[in-house]
Amino acid sequence: MMTAATTSAPATTMRGAGAPSRRRSLVWLGLTPFAAYVVLFLGVPAVVAVASGFLDASGKPTLRNLAALADPTIQQAFLASFGVSAVTAVLGAVIGALVCFALLGTRPDGMLRTAVDSAASVLAQFGGVMLAFAFIATIGAQGLLSVWLVSTFHLDINADGPFLYSVPGLVIPYTYFQVPLMVLTFMPAMEGLKPTWGEATATLGGTRLSYWTRIAMPILAPAFFGSVVLLFANAFSSYATAAALIDQGGIVPLSIKQQLTSETVVGVSNVAGVLALGMVVVMVALMSLYSLLQRRAARWQR
Amino acid sequence: MSAARYGAEPSRTARGVILGIVGLVFVVPIIAMVQFSLRIGQTDSHGVQKLGFQHYLDIVQPANEADYDQLFQGLGNSLVICALTVAMVLLLLLPTMILVELRFPSLRRVLEFVCIVPITIPSIVLVVGFVPVYSVVAQLFGSSPWTLAFAIGIIVLPYAYRPIATNLASVDVVILSEAGRSLGAGWGSVLTRVIVPNLRRGILSSVFITIAVVLGEFTIASFLSQNTFQTALILLQQTDPYVAVIFAVVALVFAFILLVVIGRIGSVGRSRRTP
Repeated sequence: MMTAATTSAPATTMRGAGAPSRRRSLVWLGLTPFAAYVVLFLGVPAVVAVASGFLDASGKPTLRNLAALADPTIQQAFLASFGVSAVTAVLGAVIGALVCFALLGTRPDGMLRTAVDSAASVLAQFGGVMLAFAFIATIGAQGLLSVWLVSTFHLDINADGPFLYSVPGLVIPYTYFQVPLMVLTFMPAMEGLKPTWGEATATLGGTRLSYWTRIAMPILAPAFFGSVVLLFANAFSSYATAAALIDQGGIVPLSIKQQLTSETVVGVSNVAGVLALGMVVVMVALMSLYSLLQRRAARWQR
Repeated sequence: MSAARYGAEPSRTARGVILGIVGLVFVVPIIAMVQFSLRIGQTDSHGVQKLGFQHYLDIVQPANEADYDQLFQGLGNSLVICALTVAMVLLLLLPTMILVELRFPSLRRVLEFVCIVPITIPSIVLVVGFVPVYSVVAQLFGSSPWTLAFAIGIIVLPYAYRPIATNLASVDVVILSEAGRSLGAGWGSVLTRVIVPNLRRGILSSVFITIAVVLGEFTIASFLSQNTFQTALILLQQTDPYVAVIFAVVALVFAFILLVVIGRIGSVGRSRRTP
Protein backbone atom coordinates (compact mmCIF):
# COMPACT_ATOMS: atom_id res chain seq x y z
CA MET A 1 0.00 0.00 0.00
CA MET A 2 2.74 2.42 1.06
CA THR A 3 5.02 1.74 -1.90
CA ALA A 4 2.15 2.08 -4.31
CA ALA A 5 1.51 5.52 -2.88
CA THR A 6 5.10 6.70 -3.21
CA THR A 7 5.47 5.56 -6.78
CA SER A 8 2.21 7.01 -8.06
CA ALA A 9 2.26 10.29 -6.16
CA PRO A 10 5.20 12.19 -7.79
CA ALA A 11 3.09 13.19 -10.78
CA THR A 12 1.08 15.50 -8.54
CA THR A 13 3.86 16.71 -6.28
CA MET A 14 6.83 17.22 -8.61
CA ARG A 15 5.03 20.06 -10.32
CA GLY A 16 6.81 23.30 -9.43
CA ALA A 17 8.55 21.87 -6.38
CA GLY A 18 12.18 22.99 -6.23
CA ALA A 19 13.61 20.30 -3.95
CA PRO A 20 11.20 17.41 -4.33
CA SER A 21 12.86 14.87 -2.08
CA ARG A 22 13.11 17.09 1.00
CA ARG A 23 9.66 18.55 0.39
CA ARG A 24 8.24 15.03 0.06
CA SER A 25 9.53 13.74 3.34
CA LEU A 26 8.23 16.88 5.05
CA VAL A 27 4.84 16.29 3.53
CA TRP A 28 4.88 12.68 4.67
CA LEU A 29 5.55 13.96 8.18
CA GLY A 30 2.25 15.78 7.98
CA LEU A 31 0.45 12.46 8.02
CA THR A 32 2.17 11.11 11.11
CA PRO A 33 0.17 12.80 13.91
CA PHE A 34 -3.10 11.39 12.65
CA ALA A 35 -1.56 8.02 11.84
CA ALA A 36 0.00 7.79 15.31
CA TYR A 37 -3.29 8.73 16.96
CA VAL A 38 -5.26 6.14 15.02
CA VAL A 39 -2.71 3.39 15.69
CA LEU A 40 -2.60 4.14 19.43
CA PHE A 41 -6.31 4.59 20.07
CA LEU A 42 -7.95 2.48 17.38
CA GLY A 43 -5.42 -0.11 16.26
CA VAL A 44 -4.04 -1.05 19.68
CA PRO A 45 -7.41 -1.29 21.51
CA ALA A 46 -8.99 -3.27 18.68
CA VAL A 47 -6.10 -5.75 18.59
CA VAL A 48 -5.95 -5.97 22.39
CA ALA A 49 -9.71 -6.56 22.60
CA VAL A 50 -9.70 -9.42 20.12
CA ALA A 51 -6.33 -10.89 21.14
CA SER A 52 -7.30 -11.03 24.82
CA GLY A 53 -9.74 -13.75 23.88
CA PHE A 54 -6.77 -15.96 23.03
CA LEU A 55 -4.95 -15.53 26.34
CA ASP A 56 -5.48 -17.61 29.45
CA ALA A 57 -5.52 -16.22 33.00
CA SER A 58 -1.72 -16.18 33.23
CA GLY A 59 -1.33 -14.46 29.84
CA LYS A 60 -0.25 -17.51 27.82
CA PRO A 61 -1.77 -18.01 24.37
CA THR A 62 -4.59 -20.54 24.26
CA LEU A 63 -7.59 -21.54 22.19
CA ARG A 64 -9.49 -22.96 25.15
CA ASN A 65 -11.41 -19.72 25.78
CA LEU A 66 -13.29 -20.24 22.54
CA ALA A 67 -15.20 -22.92 24.44
CA ALA A 68 -17.18 -20.00 25.86
CA LEU A 69 -18.95 -19.77 22.50
CA ALA A 70 -20.46 -23.20 23.19
CA ASP A 71 -21.96 -22.00 26.48
CA PRO A 72 -25.78 -22.00 26.28
CA THR A 73 -26.19 -18.52 27.84
CA ILE A 74 -23.67 -17.07 25.39
CA GLN A 75 -25.34 -18.76 22.42
CA GLN A 76 -28.68 -17.52 23.70
CA ALA A 77 -27.26 -13.98 23.84
CA PHE A 78 -26.05 -14.17 20.23
CA LEU A 79 -29.41 -15.53 19.07
CA ALA A 80 -31.27 -12.79 20.96
CA SER A 81 -28.95 -10.15 19.48
CA PHE A 82 -29.55 -11.48 15.96
CA GLY A 83 -33.29 -11.58 16.58
CA VAL A 84 -33.59 -8.03 17.92
CA SER A 85 -31.27 -6.71 15.18
CA ALA A 86 -33.13 -8.47 12.36
CA VAL A 87 -36.61 -7.45 13.49
CA THR A 88 -35.67 -3.82 14.13
CA ALA A 89 -33.62 -3.60 10.92
CA VAL A 90 -36.57 -4.72 8.79
CA LEU A 91 -39.10 -2.58 10.67
CA GLY A 92 -36.78 0.43 10.61
CA ALA A 93 -35.96 -0.02 6.92
CA VAL A 94 -39.58 -0.31 5.78
CA ILE A 95 -40.88 2.61 7.86
CA GLY A 96 -37.79 4.70 7.09
CA ALA A 97 -38.11 4.06 3.35
CA LEU A 98 -41.75 5.19 3.51
CA VAL A 99 -40.65 8.42 5.19
CA CYS A 100 -37.99 8.93 2.49
CA PHE A 101 -40.67 8.39 -0.16
CA ALA A 102 -42.92 10.95 1.52
CA LEU A 103 -40.06 13.45 1.57
CA LEU A 104 -39.39 13.17 -2.19
CA GLY A 105 -40.15 16.39 -3.98
CA THR A 106 -39.75 18.57 -0.91
CA ARG A 107 -37.05 21.23 -1.12
CA PRO A 108 -33.81 19.74 0.27
CA ASP A 109 -32.95 23.02 1.98
CA GLY A 110 -36.52 23.75 3.07
CA MET A 111 -37.65 23.94 6.69
CA LEU A 112 -39.39 20.53 6.61
CA ARG A 113 -36.30 18.68 5.45
CA THR A 114 -34.03 20.52 7.85
CA ALA A 115 -36.34 19.61 10.73
CA VAL A 116 -36.63 15.96 9.68
CA ASP A 117 -32.88 15.61 9.08
CA SER A 118 -32.04 17.19 12.43
CA ALA A 119 -34.57 15.11 14.34
CA ALA A 120 -33.27 11.98 12.59
CA SER A 121 -29.65 12.76 13.50
CA VAL A 122 -30.59 13.45 17.10
CA LEU A 123 -32.55 10.22 17.52
CA ALA A 124 -30.17 8.01 15.53
CA GLN A 125 -26.87 9.22 16.94
CA PHE A 126 -27.55 11.03 20.18
CA GLY A 127 -30.35 9.06 21.86
CA GLY A 128 -28.88 6.11 23.75
CA VAL A 129 -29.59 6.51 27.45
CA MET A 130 -32.13 9.29 26.91
CA LEU A 131 -34.27 7.15 24.61
CA ALA A 132 -34.39 4.53 27.36
CA PHE A 133 -35.82 7.22 29.68
CA ALA A 134 -38.32 8.22 27.00
CA PHE A 135 -39.68 4.70 26.75
CA ILE A 136 -39.77 4.19 30.52
CA ALA A 137 -42.02 7.27 30.58
CA THR A 138 -44.08 5.90 27.67
CA ILE A 139 -44.51 2.14 28.11
CA GLY A 140 -42.97 1.55 31.54
CA ALA A 141 -45.17 0.37 34.41
CA GLN A 142 -46.50 3.91 35.01
CA GLY A 143 -45.89 5.10 31.45
CA LEU A 144 -48.20 7.53 29.70
CA LEU A 145 -49.15 5.07 26.98
CA SER A 146 -49.42 1.97 29.18
CA VAL A 147 -51.69 3.77 31.66
CA TRP A 148 -53.84 5.09 28.80
CA LEU A 149 -54.09 1.61 27.22
CA VAL A 150 -55.21 0.12 30.53
CA SER A 151 -57.81 2.80 31.24
CA THR A 152 -59.20 2.93 27.69
CA PHE A 153 -58.86 -0.58 26.29
CA HIS A 154 -58.15 -2.58 29.48
CA LEU A 155 -55.01 -3.74 27.70
CA ASP A 156 -52.02 -4.13 30.01
CA ILE A 157 -48.80 -4.50 28.02
CA ASN A 158 -46.93 -5.05 31.29
CA ALA A 159 -49.25 -7.83 32.50
CA ASP A 160 -46.52 -10.50 32.24
CA GLY A 161 -43.91 -8.43 34.04
CA PRO A 162 -42.40 -5.17 32.77
CA PHE A 163 -42.25 -5.60 28.98
CA LEU A 164 -39.72 -2.84 28.34
CA TYR A 165 -37.06 -4.42 30.56
CA SER A 166 -37.05 -7.70 28.60
CA VAL A 167 -35.12 -8.50 25.42
CA PRO A 168 -38.24 -8.52 23.16
CA GLY A 169 -39.16 -5.19 24.73
CA LEU A 170 -35.95 -3.72 23.28
CA VAL A 171 -37.54 -3.92 19.84
CA ILE A 172 -39.58 -0.80 20.54
CA PRO A 173 -36.82 1.66 21.56
CA TYR A 174 -34.47 0.12 18.97
CA THR A 175 -36.96 0.67 16.15
CA TYR A 176 -37.27 4.23 17.39
CA PHE A 177 -33.62 4.89 16.54
CA GLN A 178 -33.48 2.60 13.49
CA VAL A 179 -36.13 4.51 11.50
CA PRO A 180 -34.20 7.81 11.72
CA LEU A 181 -30.97 6.06 10.70
CA MET A 182 -32.80 4.64 7.68
CA VAL A 183 -34.01 8.11 6.73
CA LEU A 184 -30.44 9.43 6.92
CA THR A 185 -28.84 6.59 4.94
CA PHE A 186 -31.55 5.90 2.37
CA MET A 187 -32.54 9.47 1.44
CA PRO A 188 -29.52 10.05 -0.86
CA ALA A 189 -30.44 6.92 -2.85
CA MET A 190 -34.08 8.05 -3.13
CA GLU A 191 -32.96 11.46 -4.29
CA GLY A 192 -30.77 9.77 -6.89
CA LEU A 193 -33.92 8.81 -8.80
CA LYS A 194 -33.74 11.12 -11.81
CA PRO A 195 -36.93 12.96 -12.85
CA THR A 196 -35.96 12.11 -16.45
CA TRP A 197 -36.52 8.41 -15.76
CA GLY A 198 -40.08 9.17 -14.69
CA GLU A 199 -40.57 11.32 -17.78
CA ALA A 200 -39.14 8.56 -19.99
CA THR A 201 -41.50 6.00 -18.46
CA ALA A 202 -44.46 8.32 -18.99
CA THR A 203 -43.48 9.03 -22.61
CA LEU A 204 -43.23 5.31 -23.30
CA GLY A 205 -46.71 4.84 -21.88
CA GLY A 206 -45.76 3.45 -18.49
CA THR A 207 -47.93 4.00 -15.44
CA ARG A 208 -46.71 5.10 -12.00
CA LEU A 209 -47.05 1.48 -10.90
CA SER A 210 -44.82 0.20 -13.68
CA TYR A 211 -42.42 3.04 -12.97
CA TRP A 212 -42.09 1.84 -9.38
CA THR A 213 -41.95 -1.90 -10.07
CA ARG A 214 -39.80 -1.84 -13.22
CA ILE A 215 -37.56 1.23 -12.70
CA ALA A 216 -37.40 2.66 -9.21
CA MET A 217 -37.51 -0.51 -7.12
CA PRO A 218 -34.80 -2.41 -9.05
CA ILE A 219 -32.58 0.67 -8.93
CA LEU A 220 -33.19 1.22 -5.23
CA ALA A 221 -32.92 -2.45 -4.24
CA PRO A 222 -29.14 -2.56 -3.58
CA ALA A 223 -29.30 0.68 -1.58
CA PHE A 224 -32.31 -0.60 0.37
CA PHE A 225 -30.74 -3.92 1.29
CA GLY A 226 -27.47 -2.14 2.05
CA SER A 227 -29.35 0.05 4.50
CA VAL A 228 -31.02 -3.02 6.04
CA VAL A 229 -27.55 -4.49 6.65
CA LEU A 230 -26.34 -1.20 8.13
CA LEU A 231 -29.36 -1.04 10.44
CA PHE A 232 -28.79 -4.62 11.51
CA ALA A 233 -25.17 -3.77 12.35
CA ASN A 234 -26.31 -0.65 14.19
CA ALA A 235 -28.71 -2.58 16.43
CA PHE A 236 -26.25 -5.42 16.90
CA SER A 237 -23.53 -3.10 18.22
CA SER A 238 -25.60 -0.64 20.24
CA TYR A 239 -25.20 -0.77 23.98
CA ALA A 240 -26.39 2.33 25.83
CA THR A 241 -30.16 1.90 25.46
CA ALA A 242 -30.06 -1.76 26.47
CA ALA A 243 -27.73 -1.05 29.41
CA ALA A 244 -30.07 1.63 30.71
CA LEU A 245 -33.04 -0.75 30.58
CA ILE A 246 -31.73 -4.24 31.40
CA ASP A 247 -29.54 -5.02 34.41
CA GLN A 248 -28.60 -8.59 33.54
CA GLY A 249 -27.37 -10.07 30.28
CA GLY A 250 -29.58 -11.07 27.38
CA ILE A 251 -27.84 -9.69 24.30
CA VAL A 252 -24.15 -9.86 23.44
CA PRO A 253 -23.14 -6.30 24.45
CA LEU A 254 -24.75 -6.88 27.85
CA SER A 255 -22.91 -10.20 28.21
CA ILE A 256 -19.64 -8.36 27.58
CA LYS A 257 -20.59 -5.93 30.32
CA GLN A 258 -21.31 -8.83 32.69
CA GLN A 259 -17.95 -10.38 31.86
CA LEU A 260 -16.07 -7.11 32.37
CA THR A 261 -17.76 -6.15 35.62
CA SER A 262 -18.04 -9.48 37.40
CA GLU A 263 -15.96 -12.63 37.65
CA THR A 264 -16.33 -15.29 34.97
CA VAL A 265 -19.63 -17.12 34.79
CA VAL A 266 -18.69 -19.42 31.97
CA GLY A 267 -15.64 -21.12 33.48
CA VAL A 268 -12.89 -19.96 31.12
CA SER A 269 -10.91 -16.72 31.30
CA ASN A 270 -11.18 -13.59 29.13
CA VAL A 271 -14.68 -14.38 27.91
CA ALA A 272 -15.13 -10.66 27.17
CA GLY A 273 -12.36 -10.99 24.60
CA VAL A 274 -14.03 -14.02 23.01
CA LEU A 275 -17.35 -12.17 22.84
CA ALA A 276 -15.58 -9.13 21.39
CA LEU A 277 -14.05 -11.40 18.74
CA GLY A 278 -17.48 -12.85 17.97
CA MET A 279 -18.97 -9.37 17.58
CA VAL A 280 -16.12 -8.22 15.35
CA VAL A 281 -16.48 -11.27 13.09
CA VAL A 282 -20.21 -10.59 12.69
CA MET A 283 -19.64 -6.87 12.14
CA VAL A 284 -16.89 -7.40 9.55
CA ALA A 285 -19.14 -9.80 7.63
CA LEU A 286 -22.01 -7.30 7.76
CA MET A 287 -19.92 -4.32 6.73
CA SER A 288 -18.34 -6.23 3.81
CA LEU A 289 -21.81 -7.08 2.60
CA TYR A 290 -22.80 -3.44 3.09
CA SER A 291 -19.92 -2.07 1.03
CA LEU A 292 -20.65 -4.63 -1.68
CA LEU A 293 -24.28 -3.51 -1.90
CA GLN A 294 -23.25 0.12 -1.59
CA ARG A 295 -20.93 -0.22 -4.58
CA ARG A 296 -23.80 -1.57 -6.68
CA ALA A 297 -26.05 1.22 -5.44
CA ALA A 298 -23.48 3.91 -6.21
CA ARG A 299 -23.74 3.14 -9.95
CA TRP A 300 -26.99 5.06 -10.06
CA GLN A 301 -26.04 7.92 -7.78
CA ARG A 302 -24.01 10.08 -10.14
CA MET B 1 -53.03 18.37 -12.14
CA SER B 2 -52.73 15.10 -10.28
CA ALA B 3 -53.60 13.11 -13.41
CA ALA B 4 -50.42 14.35 -15.07
CA ARG B 5 -48.18 13.12 -12.28
CA TYR B 6 -45.36 10.78 -13.18
CA GLY B 7 -42.11 9.70 -11.59
CA ALA B 8 -41.43 9.00 -7.94
CA GLU B 9 -42.96 11.96 -6.14
CA PRO B 10 -45.82 11.16 -3.77
CA SER B 11 -49.12 13.00 -3.88
CA ARG B 12 -49.72 15.70 -1.27
CA THR B 13 -52.17 13.42 0.54
CA ALA B 14 -49.79 10.45 0.63
CA ARG B 15 -47.00 12.69 1.93
CA GLY B 16 -49.27 14.20 4.56
CA VAL B 17 -50.60 10.84 5.75
CA ILE B 18 -47.17 9.14 6.00
CA LEU B 19 -45.39 12.07 7.67
CA GLY B 20 -48.38 12.68 9.92
CA ILE B 21 -48.61 9.13 11.26
CA VAL B 22 -44.86 8.56 11.65
CA GLY B 23 -44.43 12.03 13.14
CA LEU B 24 -47.20 11.37 15.66
CA VAL B 25 -45.75 8.01 16.71
CA PHE B 26 -42.31 9.55 17.09
CA VAL B 27 -43.49 12.49 19.14
CA VAL B 28 -45.41 10.38 21.70
CA PRO B 29 -42.31 9.27 23.70
CA ILE B 30 -41.09 12.87 23.85
CA ILE B 31 -44.50 14.04 25.10
CA ALA B 32 -44.45 11.18 27.61
CA MET B 33 -41.09 12.42 28.92
CA VAL B 34 -42.41 15.95 29.35
CA GLN B 35 -45.55 14.65 31.07
CA PHE B 36 -43.43 12.43 33.31
CA SER B 37 -41.26 15.37 34.34
CA LEU B 38 -44.39 17.31 35.34
CA ARG B 39 -45.79 14.58 37.63
CA ILE B 40 -45.77 15.60 41.26
CA GLY B 41 -46.44 12.11 42.56
CA GLN B 42 -50.09 12.64 43.48
CA THR B 43 -53.25 11.52 41.73
CA ASP B 44 -56.68 13.13 41.89
CA SER B 45 -59.88 11.26 42.84
CA HIS B 46 -60.14 9.74 39.33
CA GLY B 47 -56.62 8.34 39.50
CA VAL B 48 -55.30 10.92 37.04
CA GLN B 49 -51.80 12.25 37.68
CA LYS B 50 -51.58 15.80 39.01
CA LEU B 51 -49.06 17.90 37.13
CA GLY B 52 -46.86 20.79 38.24
CA PHE B 53 -43.46 22.37 37.88
CA GLN B 54 -42.23 21.04 41.24
CA HIS B 55 -39.25 19.11 39.83
CA TYR B 56 -38.15 22.01 37.65
CA LEU B 57 -38.04 24.23 40.74
CA ASP B 58 -36.10 21.55 42.62
CA ILE B 59 -33.16 21.96 40.26
CA VAL B 60 -32.62 25.63 41.05
CA GLN B 61 -33.28 25.25 44.80
CA PRO B 62 -29.96 25.93 46.60
CA ALA B 63 -30.88 23.33 49.24
CA ASN B 64 -30.74 20.57 46.63
CA GLU B 65 -27.42 21.63 45.21
CA ALA B 66 -25.62 18.57 46.54
CA ASP B 67 -28.12 16.22 44.87
CA TYR B 68 -27.38 17.50 41.40
CA ASP B 69 -23.71 18.27 41.94
CA GLN B 70 -22.58 15.14 40.16
CA LEU B 71 -24.82 15.83 37.18
CA PHE B 72 -23.46 19.35 36.70
CA GLN B 73 -19.95 18.02 37.13
CA GLY B 74 -20.63 15.35 34.51
CA LEU B 75 -22.05 17.97 32.17
CA GLY B 76 -18.97 20.11 32.71
CA ASN B 77 -16.69 17.15 31.99
CA SER B 78 -18.65 16.36 28.82
CA LEU B 79 -18.28 19.96 27.62
CA VAL B 80 -14.50 19.86 28.19
CA ILE B 81 -14.34 16.56 26.25
CA CYS B 82 -16.48 18.16 23.53
CA ALA B 83 -14.05 21.06 23.14
CA LEU B 84 -11.05 18.73 22.99
CA THR B 85 -12.71 16.36 20.52
CA VAL B 86 -13.72 19.25 18.24
CA ALA B 87 -10.13 20.52 18.44
CA MET B 88 -8.91 17.07 17.42
CA VAL B 89 -11.30 17.01 14.45
CA LEU B 90 -10.17 20.46 13.31
CA LEU B 91 -6.44 20.14 13.98
CA LEU B 92 -5.85 16.45 13.33
CA LEU B 93 -8.50 15.03 11.00
CA LEU B 94 -9.16 18.07 8.79
CA PRO B 95 -5.50 18.85 7.93
CA THR B 96 -4.89 15.17 7.24
CA MET B 97 -7.87 15.00 4.91
CA ILE B 98 -6.77 18.12 3.02
CA LEU B 99 -3.19 16.87 2.81
CA VAL B 100 -4.32 13.52 1.44
CA GLU B 101 -6.57 15.24 -1.08
CA LEU B 102 -3.77 17.54 -2.28
CA ARG B 103 -0.68 15.37 -2.11
CA PHE B 104 -1.63 11.71 -1.66
CA PRO B 105 -4.85 11.12 -3.62
CA SER B 106 -3.94 7.43 -3.79
CA LEU B 107 -4.24 7.26 0.01
CA ARG B 108 -7.82 8.56 -0.07
CA ARG B 109 -9.28 5.05 0.10
CA VAL B 110 -6.99 4.14 2.99
CA LEU B 111 -8.02 7.22 4.96
CA GLU B 112 -11.69 6.55 4.26
CA PHE B 113 -11.29 2.97 5.42
CA VAL B 114 -9.58 4.04 8.64
CA CYS B 115 -12.28 6.61 9.39
CA ILE B 116 -15.13 4.15 8.76
CA VAL B 117 -13.59 1.29 10.79
CA PRO B 118 -14.96 2.57 14.14
CA ILE B 119 -18.46 1.81 12.81
CA THR B 120 -17.40 -1.79 12.26
CA ILE B 121 -15.90 -2.14 15.72
CA PRO B 122 -18.66 -1.49 18.28
CA SER B 123 -17.73 0.77 21.22
CA ILE B 124 -18.46 -2.11 23.56
CA VAL B 125 -15.69 -4.09 21.80
CA LEU B 126 -13.27 -1.16 21.82
CA VAL B 127 -13.94 -0.81 25.54
CA VAL B 128 -12.44 -4.27 26.10
CA GLY B 129 -9.23 -2.92 24.54
CA PHE B 130 -9.46 0.58 26.02
CA VAL B 131 -9.35 -0.70 29.60
CA PRO B 132 -5.66 -1.82 29.35
CA VAL B 133 -4.73 1.11 27.07
CA TYR B 134 -6.11 3.57 29.59
CA SER B 135 -4.07 2.11 32.43
CA VAL B 136 -1.07 3.41 30.43
CA VAL B 137 -2.82 6.71 29.63
CA ALA B 138 -3.56 7.17 33.33
CA GLN B 139 0.14 6.83 34.15
CA LEU B 140 1.04 9.50 31.59
CA PHE B 141 -1.76 12.04 32.04
CA GLY B 142 -3.50 10.95 35.24
CA SER B 143 -7.06 9.70 35.15
CA SER B 144 -8.84 13.03 34.58
CA PRO B 145 -12.08 12.94 32.62
CA TRP B 146 -10.57 14.95 29.74
CA THR B 147 -8.42 11.96 28.76
CA LEU B 148 -11.64 10.37 27.46
CA ALA B 149 -11.35 12.71 24.48
CA PHE B 150 -8.72 10.40 22.97
CA ALA B 151 -11.12 7.45 22.98
CA ILE B 152 -14.20 9.43 21.98
CA GLY B 153 -12.25 11.07 19.15
CA ILE B 154 -12.10 7.59 17.59
CA ILE B 155 -15.84 7.00 17.99
CA VAL B 156 -16.48 10.38 16.36
CA LEU B 157 -14.25 9.71 13.30
CA PRO B 158 -16.92 8.26 10.96
CA TYR B 159 -19.40 11.03 11.76
CA ALA B 160 -16.82 13.80 11.46
CA TYR B 161 -15.23 12.34 8.33
CA ARG B 162 -18.34 12.04 6.16
CA PRO B 163 -19.52 15.68 5.92
CA ILE B 164 -15.98 16.93 5.24
CA ALA B 165 -15.36 14.18 2.67
CA THR B 166 -18.63 14.95 0.86
CA ASN B 167 -17.68 18.61 0.79
CA LEU B 168 -14.15 17.82 -0.42
CA ALA B 169 -15.54 15.72 -3.26
CA SER B 170 -17.65 18.62 -4.53
CA VAL B 171 -14.81 21.17 -4.45
CA ASP B 172 -11.70 20.75 -6.58
CA VAL B 173 -9.15 21.65 -3.94
CA VAL B 174 -6.19 20.79 -6.19
CA ILE B 175 -7.24 23.34 -8.81
CA LEU B 176 -8.17 25.87 -6.15
CA SER B 177 -4.86 25.57 -4.35
CA GLU B 178 -2.90 25.74 -7.62
CA ALA B 179 -4.86 28.85 -8.58
CA GLY B 180 -4.11 30.37 -5.20
CA ARG B 181 -0.44 29.43 -5.43
CA SER B 182 -0.03 30.84 -8.92
CA LEU B 183 -1.59 34.09 -7.78
CA GLY B 184 1.19 34.28 -5.23
CA ALA B 185 -0.43 32.99 -2.04
CA GLY B 186 1.62 30.97 0.43
CA TRP B 187 0.41 27.59 1.65
CA GLY B 188 -0.87 29.17 4.85
CA SER B 189 -3.18 31.60 3.11
CA VAL B 190 -4.23 28.99 0.53
CA LEU B 191 -5.33 26.83 3.44
CA THR B 192 -7.06 29.49 5.53
CA ARG B 193 -8.39 31.78 2.80
CA VAL B 194 -9.16 29.38 -0.05
CA ILE B 195 -9.62 25.78 1.08
CA VAL B 196 -11.20 26.11 4.53
CA PRO B 197 -13.81 28.71 3.44
CA ASN B 198 -14.82 26.37 0.62
CA LEU B 199 -15.21 23.51 3.08
CA ARG B 200 -17.17 25.61 5.58
CA ARG B 201 -20.39 23.64 5.22
CA GLY B 202 -18.72 20.28 5.69
CA ILE B 203 -16.59 21.48 8.60
CA LEU B 204 -19.56 23.04 10.40
CA SER B 205 -21.74 19.97 10.12
CA SER B 206 -18.91 17.71 11.19
CA VAL B 207 -18.23 19.90 14.24
CA PHE B 208 -21.87 19.90 15.29
CA ILE B 209 -22.38 16.19 14.81
CA THR B 210 -19.19 15.74 16.86
CA ILE B 211 -20.69 17.78 19.69
CA ALA B 212 -23.87 15.70 19.57
CA VAL B 213 -22.01 12.39 19.57
CA VAL B 214 -19.75 13.42 22.46
CA LEU B 215 -22.65 14.64 24.62
CA GLY B 216 -24.50 11.41 23.91
CA GLU B 217 -21.56 9.05 24.50
CA PHE B 218 -22.20 6.58 27.31
CA THR B 219 -20.45 3.24 26.72
CA ILE B 220 -16.81 4.29 27.00
CA ALA B 221 -17.31 6.73 29.87
CA SER B 222 -19.22 4.12 31.81
CA PHE B 223 -16.55 1.42 31.48
CA LEU B 224 -13.62 3.75 32.10
CA SER B 225 -15.50 4.92 35.23
CA GLN B 226 -15.57 8.58 34.28
CA ASN B 227 -18.34 10.94 35.26
CA THR B 228 -19.86 12.41 32.11
CA PHE B 229 -23.30 13.78 31.28
CA GLN B 230 -24.72 10.38 30.28
CA THR B 231 -23.25 8.35 33.14
CA ALA B 232 -24.43 11.01 35.62
CA LEU B 233 -27.92 10.84 34.07
CA ILE B 234 -28.06 7.08 34.68
CA LEU B 235 -27.00 7.53 38.31
CA LEU B 236 -29.44 10.37 38.87
CA GLN B 237 -32.23 8.31 37.34
CA GLN B 238 -31.99 5.93 40.28
CA THR B 239 -32.36 8.65 42.92
CA ASP B 240 -34.40 11.34 41.13
CA PRO B 241 -35.88 10.02 37.87
CA TYR B 242 -37.89 13.21 37.30
CA VAL B 243 -34.90 15.51 37.16
CA ALA B 244 -32.98 12.96 35.06
CA VAL B 245 -35.83 13.04 32.54
CA ILE B 246 -35.91 16.85 32.57
CA PHE B 247 -32.23 16.95 31.65
CA ALA B 248 -32.71 14.25 29.01
CA VAL B 249 -35.50 16.24 27.32
CA VAL B 250 -33.47 19.44 27.46
CA ALA B 251 -30.47 17.64 25.96
CA LEU B 252 -32.54 16.14 23.15
CA VAL B 253 -34.12 19.51 22.34
CA PHE B 254 -30.74 21.24 22.56
CA ALA B 255 -29.21 18.76 20.09
CA PHE B 256 -32.19 19.17 17.78
CA ILE B 257 -31.93 22.96 17.78
CA LEU B 258 -28.16 22.74 17.26
CA LEU B 259 -28.68 20.66 14.13
CA VAL B 260 -31.57 22.76 12.83
CA VAL B 261 -29.51 25.93 13.20
CA ILE B 262 -26.62 24.36 11.35
CA GLY B 263 -28.97 23.14 8.61
CA ARG B 264 -30.35 26.65 8.18
CA ILE B 265 -26.93 28.33 8.18
CA GLY B 266 -25.77 25.86 5.55
CA SER B 267 -28.73 26.36 3.24
CA VAL B 268 -28.66 30.16 3.58
CA GLY B 269 -25.01 30.11 2.54
CA ARG B 270 -25.82 27.92 -0.42
CA SER B 271 -28.79 29.82 -1.73
CA ARG B 272 -26.81 33.05 -1.56
CA ARG B 273 -24.26 31.65 -3.96
CA THR B 274 -26.84 30.33 -6.43
CA PRO B 275 -29.67 32.87 -6.39
